[in-house]
Amino acid sequence: MKHIELEQQGAVGRSPPRKDGADKVTGRARYLDDLNFPGQLWGRTVRSHVAHGRIREIVWDAAFDWTDVVRVTAADIPGENVVHLIEDDQPMLAADVVRHREEPIALLACADREKLEEALAHVRVEIEELEPVLDPLRSTVVFKSYRIEQAPQGLAQAFADARVIEGTYRVGHQEQMYIEPQAVAAIPREDGGITIYGSMQCPFYVHRALQRLLRLDDSQVAVIQVVTGGGFGGKEDYPSVISGHAALLARKARRPVKMIYKREEDVAATTKRHPAVMKYRTAVEADGTLVALEAEIVMDGGAYVTLSPVVASRGVLHAGGAYRWRHARIDCRVVQTHTPPNGAFRGFGVPQTMFAIESHMERVAVALGIDPLELRRKNALQIGDELPTGQKLTSSVSAREVLDVVAARSDYARKRKEYGRSVGEKRRGIGISLAFHGAGFTGTGEVKLKPRAGVELTDRGARVLSVSTDIGQGTITVFSQMAADALGLALDDVEVAENDTSKMPDSGPTVASRTTMVVGGTITRAAAAMARILQGYVAQVHDVPAAEVSCAGGIFSARGRALAPFAAIAKRYLQERGSLRIIENYRHPPEIRFDDATYRGDAYPCYGWAATAVEVEVDLDTYEISLLDVSTATDVGRAIHPVLAEGQVEGGTVQALGYALLEEHVWDQRGRLLNTRMQNYVIPTALDVPRMHTTLLENPYPSGPYGAKGLGELPMDGPAPAVVGAVLHATGKLIPEIPLSPDRVMRAVLS
Amino acid sequence: MIPVTSARSLSEAYAILHQRPRGLRVLAGGTDLMVAVNARAGLDRIGHVLDIWKVPELRGISGAGGSLRIGALTTYTELMRSREIATHLPALALVSREVGAWAIQNRGTIGGNVCNASPAGDTLPLLLAAEATFLLGGPRGERTVAAHEFFVGYRKTALGADELLLRVDIPLIEKSHLVYRKVGTRKAQSISRTIVAVRKLAPRDVRIAAGCVAPIPLRCRNAEKAVAAGGDVRAALEQDITPIDDVRATAVYRSRVTGNVLLRLLG
Repeated sequence: MKHIELEQQGAVGRSPPRKDGADKVTGRARYLDDLNFPGQLWGRTVRSHVAHGRIREIVWDAAFDWTDVVRVTAADIPGENVVHLIEDDQPMLAADVVRHREEPIALLACADREKLEEALAHVRVEIEELEPVLDPLRSTVVFKSYRIEQAPQGLAQAFADARVIEGTYRVGHQEQMYIEPQAVAAIPREDGGITIYGSMQCPFYVHRALQRLLRLDDSQVAVIQVVTGGGFGGKEDYPSVISGHAALLARKARRPVKMIYKREEDVAATTKRHPAVMKYRTAVEADGTLVALEAEIVMDGGAYVTLSPVVASRGVLHAGGAYRWRHARIDCRVVQTHTPPNGAFRGFGVPQTMFAIESHMERVAVALGIDPLELRRKNALQIGDELPTGQKLTSSVSAREVLDVVAARSDYARKRKEYGRSVGEKRRGIGISLAFHGAGFTGTGEVKLKPRAGVELTDRGARVLSVSTDIGQGTITVFSQMAADALGLALDDVEVAENDTSKMPDSGPTVASRTTMVVGGTITRAAAAMARILQGYVAQVHDVPAAEVSCAGGIFSARGRALAPFAAIAKRYLQERGSLRIIENYRHPPEIRFDDATYRGDAYPCYGWAATAVEVEVDLDTYEISLLDVSTATDVGRAIHPVLAEGQVEGGTVQALGYALLEEHVWDQRGRLLNTRMQNYVIPTALDVPRMHTTLLENPYPSGPYGAKGLGELPMDGPAPAVVGAVLHATGKLIPEIPLSPDRVMRAVLS
Repeated sequence: MIPVTSARSLSEAYAILHQRPRGLRVLAGGTDLMVAVNARAGLDRIGHVLDIWKVPELRGISGAGGSLRIGALTTYTELMRSREIATHLPALALVSREVGAWAIQNRGTIGGNVCNASPAGDTLPLLLAAEATFLLGGPRGERTVAAHEFFVGYRKTALGADELLLRVDIPLIEKSHLVYRKVGTRKAQSISRTIVAVRKLAPRDVRIAAGCVAPIPLRCRNAEKAVAAGGDVRAALEQDITPIDDVRATAVYRSRVTGNVLLRLLG
């Protein structure tokens, strides 16, 4: 393990300017809103005003002039009325029953945006209201359940022999709040097909959803991702819905249709993080050794299945935290409620369960009178330990290291002692948490998906081929760095192809902290294969042994003698042979095996590790929590681009601090979301962000490109429980529910 | 389409007011009205917009003659930068800094804050505690209304249909000082959960006002009396306020924290 070294050869490990940076800061980057299409119409959605009910009739005001308004209902769907994902339970447009507020029922399009708004006001949907189920604990519709067991025969005895500590932990919805709302344009084609331009994470999700919705073959659909203003998971599955809607309107109108949600509409209608209620029961020895864990986790899936089975799966697989347990039984179910479907959000189930286990560790520390850092260090996973699935950890484990780095960086020991004595209306505290996050798809996901990606030769260098999207995290730059080094090219000579499903190999969705590790690794292998072909070609042209040819800095050489610039070789190769395009399949490490039926085995090929220390000041007049200082230590395997990696850590940490302190959706008793604006759904501003100390550690993953492992989601997992620990330290109260709003802090302090 | 008249002088504005067009709304900085228009909230109730942004008579701050006179179109940014405000009523500059984002501070006006009459209007408890008076004017003439008589119900004011708020006047009192605390939802760009202002004239002679704890920005007379009598201020405040639960906070929180903050401000 070592810290980042800046002096090294090649692009990997350096922090060159982002390839998309200049266009974004100068305003040249064209987002969907900047694109206009000849003859385009604007689309709008007629939505349910009740959470649960039976549609009686769609009433179009006869007094309104509908002549230049295109209207679409479920009856206009040429294919199947489903949003294609895991299950087929979600209709593209509700036809008989509505199952959540704001569910789409009909669509309108018009060239004049003002008239479109008026038209929307002249549609009324008569719905016979049914009783909504809004409390997941009362729901009887289980979308999916899981059980993970480790040596369960010893559970009862373990609980009989050791100290039993119990607690229940709750988290609510969280909004992704990407800067750019959901936005797509659909262009009808002469062959009956459709082309979509849109803001999205997963172009092939949209591609397949449109095929089923419109009954089209593969070649009749093209989905092109345009510059995307953030996703955080919120543009994993929802773009299939809005793209389907725009496509239905465009097909009926025979004109391009653009749909861009308003902020309020986006917040009210689209996916959010799953709320969860998590009951933990642990058996612990007096010296702090964790022995046995029983957990029962209930997640609120919302109205339709969407991604809930995989969110719950990842949540339950991380539910034991980064600790060693001799015995475990972890149950999880994700259930239906009549609220908009909950979906992907950075962390994908883990921020919920990590909040529970890490808050529970605080409870254990209090019960045993042990320092919470010591308790974590003592039980932290190490090489050779097993996870509750029986997965034996063999490499790249940094649980203790990240704790030690953060403890030193935050001056934890001194502050723990000093702050414990604070009096008066301002109380300070410091808390620490440990988190881990599996990189790549869960279980056999990558094997089943068979992702493909590659490179092609250009007349000056190479072009990266994939559908992995840059949603702000830096994919374009990082892929270019990895390909540049594998080919011996300067970074400027590598470009990334437009993200188009009709032209690119399916490298899979941009989710699950898989892009750099899984797709980047595949691109690196393809680039290495291209390098070998070109070395052979150069050997032939210059009559030297192929084994002695190499390329560095864009110059081919052999035995220390420069032979030719890469660009010259590339031009000559393309002239002689037409093209060179290498597409590789992702190669899953063969020793990583998982049984989807029993939930035993290696759920992830490797894990990222992170510790967070948070210092707070609690104002006992207003019960507000101020963040004074946050330190993080994060093992990323290898930082391909250290500045972007730190950006991921810092941005994710801020998002997690918002989850911990500010962000809370308020619903009325009929399932209507009351805070749909940035004014009343409160996310952190720059002034809410404290001093941050970010440390990257590099404990390489042997099968990852340059040692890299997934990073994007990990920073979301640990900060919230660290805040809980800090508030406990400051006030003596363990608050097992986030956000730690002043209201909640008040109730705890006055109890 | 909604007709908009942009007045260049007070007399031009009065001419429109005299006609009393149906559904007349006055547009100053637009930071409340345009938000509603954008959300199409109550759009059908707006028949005509009178834009007063360029009426010169409504601008300017002066500190002469024993009172601070603040033109209705004075923006938060101008309040923050004014030497008169910094000298005579620095709390008003500080609270302006806590309103919205820079863009809002550049457009939002003290007159707009007063006439919008939101119980969460950030300057309003300060104006109430400072015993401000509002100069109203229209084609029928001018009149003065005390701040505590101006707010008559939830977002309802004493302003007549043909009247504009022209100026906010704050009496300058030697050796008194105004303190306040805004408790918001985050460190910037936040709407208040509660806001309390206290003007201290003498140890037991204070003026107290609070926002977000009643349908109107509220002068807290019972709490003032309790201070004067050396009584239970928290209990007296409970007699003044009628907070509710909303998306920002619970009534229980508002009640408790308004009391805590008031006691802290009283020292």
